[in-house]
Amino acid sequence: MKSDIILAGVGGQGILTIATIIGHAAVERGLYLKQAEVHGMSQRGGDVQSHLRISDKVIHSDLIPEGKADLIISIEPMEALRYTSFLAPDGWLIANRKPFVNIPNYPDHEQVWATIEAMPRSVLIDADKLAREVATARSMNIVILGAASGHVGMSTEELEHSITAIFQRKGDAVVQQNIAALRAGRAYADAKDLAAHGV
Amino acid sequence: MKRMLLLGDEAIAQGAIDAGLSGVYAYPGTPSTEITEYIQRSKAARERGVHSDWSANEKTAMEAALGMSYAGKRAMACMKHVGLNVAADGFINAGITGANGGLIVVAADDPSMHSSQNEQDSRFYGKFALIPMIEPADQQEAYHAMSYGFDLSEKFGTPVLVRITTRLAHSRSGVELREPRDANALTLPQDKRQFVLLPSIARRNYQSLLGKQAGFEEDSEQSPFNSYTEGPDRTLGIIACGIAHNYLMENFQDGCPHPVLKIGQYPAPRNMIRTILKSCDKVLILEDGAPFLEEQIRGLLDESYAILGRLDGTVPRAGELNPNIVATALGRTVETGKPKAEIVKPRPPELCPGCPHIDSYNALNEVLRELEPGRVFSDIGCYTLGALEPFNAINTCVDMGASITMAKGAADAGLFPAVAVIGDSTFTHSGMTGLLDAIIENSPITVMIVDNETTGMTGGQTSSARGKLEDICIGLGVPKDHVRVVEPLKKNHDDNMRVIKEELYYEGVSVIIERRECIQTLKISKMLEKEAAK
Ligand code: SF4
Repeated sequence: MKSDIILAGVGGQGILTIATIIGHAAVERGLYLKQAEVHGMSQRGGDVQSHLRISDKVIHSDLIPEGKADLIISIEPMEALRYTSFLAPDGWLIANRKPFVNIPNYPDHEQVWATIEAMPRSVLIDADKLAREVATARSMNIVILGAASGHVGMSTEELEHSITAIFQRKGDAVVQQNIAALRAGRAYADAKDLAAHGV
Repeated sequence: MKRMLLLGDEAIAQGAIDAGLSGVYAYPGTPSTEITEYIQRSKAARERGVHSDWSANEKTAMEAALGMSYAGKRAMACMKHVGLNVAADGFINAGITGANGGLIVVAADDPSMHSSQNEQDSRFYGKFALIPMIEPADQQEAYHAMSYGFDLSEKFGTPVLVRITTRLAHSRSGVELREPRDANALTLPQDKRQFVLLPSIARRNYQSLLGKQAGFEEDSEQSPFNSYTEGPDRTLGIIACGIAHNYLMENFQDGCPHPVLKIGQYPAPRNMIRTILKSCDKVLILEDGAPFLEEQIRGLLDESYAILGRLDGTVPRAGELNPNIVATALGRTVETGKPKAEIVKPRPPELCPGCPHIDSYNALNEVLRELEPGRVFSDIGCYTLGALEPFNAINTCVDMGASITMAKGAADAGLFPAVAVIGDSTFTHSGMTGLLDAIIENSPITVMIVDNETTGMTGGQTSSARGKLEDICIGLGVPKDHVRVVEPLKKNHDDNMRVIKEELYYEGVSVIIERRECIQTLKISKMLEKEAAK
């Protein structure tokens, strides 16, 4: 088993929480893991990415080679497109629909969405809206993880178990909100998948 | 055995604690900051009374660690590569004094300049100081490098340099821990004058350091950080240093067909290098950083042997390595995914919305607009982002402390106005001495200390200046009336502009302290307050 995941977003959006949840599940299962993070200057509202590699065999490189990622999970639509050269031919791209506009020349939103939707295996999800519906706006990143959960190599139960372990400190309510967010994201992606197959 | 998921930096910290560390001395700098932060948070370190406060700069950190080693305890100094320049005086001389208790200097290099002004390779410093170096390849080796390094340091009575690069520092992986070892007891060097570098003693110590070189090399040949793996295809041999070995092996999931010499301890193992050169038609050298080993093996003019690497362009001369660059160097084609869509725009870092520096720059910019060709000499911190849109507020960024001294030089040349912008932490790091220079000559400069009451860029570490800035400036000799304190807030914009204008026209050294806490640390302290009140 191997799962090479690029996590993308803008500094401060919290991509590392997603990495922590998947990573926790992987370690529980006794898999090898390497995760390269971005610290320092680039975190201040700049583009950030993290490489998360999980495998049942020894992992050598901390970085995923280009063209080899199984999955790109992005909290921001344009940021998802920044790393397409890393994506394997059969890789999936899951991205939040809501742009984070902090540059004057941010491209036309429709064009960004269209570019993502033109990719053969992609899910664009309005995670902010879904998060507000089922939990709180803050769980937006967990909704995206939910939408990606079919491709991360971990079962939904394992991810829920991680969420419980990681958010326990903050109380039961927070745990339940995040689990609800995960399930909502998953349900959205599954429904899209069925629709795509004409069901 | 206990297993932990650790960043490379954290593995170094945990490795040091488990190896009987008594103190870490450091100035925050990406990618080295997390080493000291981890020790500060570690329960085990607290219980053992490990010293872990931030130092004013890397030189004071280096010297304090040397002092602790003098007293027989295991100590380390941690810094980013450019910090080693600041510490260089003490660092090189520590090679000559030698160490008593184990002494490790960790330098975290930043090839590709993710968060730095240059991409220098600290291995040159280790060679310059003639001391042994360890360059771990992964998190497990980083952990092990500490106990091994302290032992090595005590065995030879020498400081040891541990060199890592950004990628290892900031990547997480599982690490197996060993039984912790107790700290050393206090012991003083037998020779009471070993650390007195008067010329006659320094000459003797230098001879003794030279005399240790053969031992360093011998140790390197036996080191667990160096290994030779045979391979059937001898048309090419590969020498891979530190983390470069991971990128190499990524390209050969089922094992490398070529002989591979993995190097993680220096001085590099001469015999192993000789063997790989002899048994292969040509050799590819992979190192994350400068062509350090490549230059040594190649020599100045020897072209009789095909050595591939950064110098002949097989590997790009600049930037960090990755699996694709190594694949290309091996002559393999890399199949990448879709190229980045054209609509994707760069998204540079920026000051946080609401950052106090924004108000400082807005006021400064407006005052300077009337005063062309004034120039603003900046220093290194969050406020350096004032160079970017929409501020375009600063004209220089060279090294820590250079804002004040450069402003002085420009003022000496007749430039008016000459403004220096420097953070509170950077000011104590190396702004104070430059300010003294300006005061002695009463140079007409205005120093704006943007005091966010923390070291913001690296994530909010305590700054040595805490509550002392006015006293320091007045104590150094800035006239009391020209040490002004303002609060950078929109509502104070006009008042602050007036203060800036007044001080620009003052024909001597003036200091404006722009004081408002970084909103990031403010957020954290408010959250902690709320939790404490629960
Ligand atoms: S971290 Fe603090 S000082 Fe740095 S940009 Fe943000 S608010 Fe400003």
